[in-house]
Amino acid sequence: MAGSPTLSQPTGLRAWLLSPEPHSRWQARLGRLYLGWRSFSRNPLAVLGLGIILLLIIVAIFADLIAPYSPIVGGDLRTQRLLPPSETYWLGTDDQARDIFSRIVYGSRITLFVVVLVSIIATPIGLIVGTISGYLGGWVDTVLMRITDIFLAFPRLVLALAFVAALGPGIENAVIAIAITSWPPYARIARAETLMIRNSDFIAAVKLQGASTPRIILGHVMPLCISSVIVRVTLDMAGIILTAAGLGFLGLGAQPPSPEWGAMIATGRNYLIDQWWVAAMPGLAIFVVSLGFNLLGDGLRDVLDPKAAK
Amino acid sequence: MASSIANGGGGHSALRFYLTKTAQFVLVLATTLLGLVAVTFFIGRIVPVDPVLAIVGDRAPPQVYARVREELGLDLPLIQQFWVYLKKAVTGDFGNSVLTTNPVMTDIANTFPATFELATLGTLIGSIIGIPLGVLAAVKRGSLIDQVVRFIGLAGYSIPIFWLGLMGLLLFYAKLGWVAGPGRIDVTYSYLYTPVTGIVLIDTAMQGQWDAFWDAVSHIILPACLLGYFSLAYISRMTRSFMLNELAQEYVIAARVKGLSEMRVIWRHALRNAAVPLVTVIALSYANLLEGSVLTETVFAWPGLGQYITNSLQNADMNAVLGGTLVIGAAFVLLNLVSDLLYRLLDPRTR
Repeated sequence: MAGSPTLSQPTGLRAWLLSPEPHSRWQARLGRLYLGWRSFSRNPLAVLGLGIILLLIIVAIFADLIAPYSPIVGGDLRTQRLLPPSETYWLGTDDQARDIFSRIVYGSRITLFVVVLVSIIATPIGLIVGTISGYLGGWVDTVLMRITDIFLAFPRLVLALAFVAALGPGIENAVIAIAITSWPPYARIARAETLMIRNSDFIAAVKLQGASTPRIILGHVMPLCISSVIVRVTLDMAGIILTAAGLGFLGLGAQPPSPEWGAMIATGRNYLIDQWWVAAMPGLAIFVVSLGFNLLGDGLRDVLDPKAAK
Repeated sequence: MASSIANGGGGHSALRFYLTKTAQFVLVLATTLLGLVAVTFFIGRIVPVDPVLAIVGDRAPPQVYARVREELGLDLPLIQQFWVYLKKAVTGDFGNSVLTTNPVMTDIANTFPATFELATLGTLIGSIIGIPLGVLAAVKRGSLIDQVVRFIGLAGYSIPIFWLGLMGLLLFYAKLGWVAGPGRIDVTYSYLYTPVTGIVLIDTAMQGQWDAFWDAVSHIILPACLLGYFSLAYISRMTRSFMLNELAQEYVIAARVKGLSEMRVIWRHALRNAAVPLVTVIALSYANLLEGSVLTETVFAWPGLGQYITNSLQNADMNAVLGGTLVIGAAFVLLNLVSDLLYRLLDPRTR
């Protein structure tokens, strides 16, 4: 991803990037990124996934410019309600005479908000729990992993449902609930990676230099776990979107009139037989975006974690 | 999950090994279940609604308020409250549902067979179609069929299940009229048989009510295929990866060198070895369907545990929600455990 601008540069830069003897850490890192991008871009499906996600981000940023109508305020209820897709209303209108295309465009902001926020909350928790558990071992490991197992023992949506039921419906509470149910697999992966790193020579060397345990975990173990965890988080993002949409569908996520895709499907359910587009269109949006994240995650896994690819 | 303990090494004395393993299993099971109860207890405590106020109303005199609070045990220290909650949970007492006024456990016992029926049929459909698809994809790696299977799987991971259910209803029920609509059986047929097992397909068939049976089939087929598709996505993907593993083994080459037909090599030799981890996968996908059933049942008005939970949610019936959550969590844990045990039973290398 970050290596993309380098592609259009002259070959002198490419030689610099691919140099077997980098002169600085900076050059070595960029070189690795470039190599990663090269193997990533050879996978057309992964590039397609990346394209979908970039499109989602662009649509979310420029929603004001892209959406032709307001997502909240509808048109004339007598003449513009539940209209089928047409040239004026690309994806039709809903029961409040609102343009469904505009609502989906604005809804991308909510989707992105949920995905980003859940990842920002859950990834560090998983990383910290996993690396501490794996590095310290002993009873700390046992206790932390037991707790992880307990959270893994609930099906995700069901646990999120129970949390939202207790916290009350709303998009913020949905994010919290999904984050609480998301971190355990990340902790598992970080722990497995840590167990492999823990006994390597370079950790022993750092230890002999007198580095403290927090320093070893934060500075030396965690960076090496990050790539596997990122792959897992990316693969999980589709699941996060689907869980959020499920909560929205049940009326527990974003509240009306907010254009959340799951909630939009719930509205469309009442008009399913005769005005199918009200429910169908937001579902397609969820499908495309989840597919994008899944394709991207698969591609990233092939690049960052060749062992797991098969 | 529980699979982490499956990796223990072999012992010298088989009996002692089994005993320690069993003890470990029981310990893990007990702590996990205890944890489940603790989590639901905690969720019950963070509910912003004051349960006492909900009963007595906000104009009740303070004495009444205090008495109800005492009756509910809310004046005790938190740890003691948890102990009471735990003791009740162990005996299956989760309090009464506000919505149905029945004990929550009775409601769960009444709704569970419907979920069981749906999830079982879904897993069957998913395995029967998913395993051959996965095998084909592995054998013809990189071919068109491999790509198709991969896409089917990816789509299964990406489509919102409730949306696909609605679209299925729209197409097969409303437009084509091939299947019956939401619900489990038509009212006309529902008095023709007496519920014995709670599983409509079995009850109607055993009592010879074939009209009712076929009506039930036309009701269950769409939601079961829907769940089946989602378990197929998972099962075919895992089958493919297990088969690729097996096909690269030396015994496959040996079998080919011996001149066995390709069919025999693939279906008898390789698949039989891949079948062991597949059992774990099928049990896991079964557990996942418990989750998928929450949304599916809501869409199809299927009177199972999932719909019970969502109905209770919408009416802020916390006893029912937490009881249902706990039961699903416990079923999830048990299924994982069963898959672990089956794995040990089937794979001689783990002995």
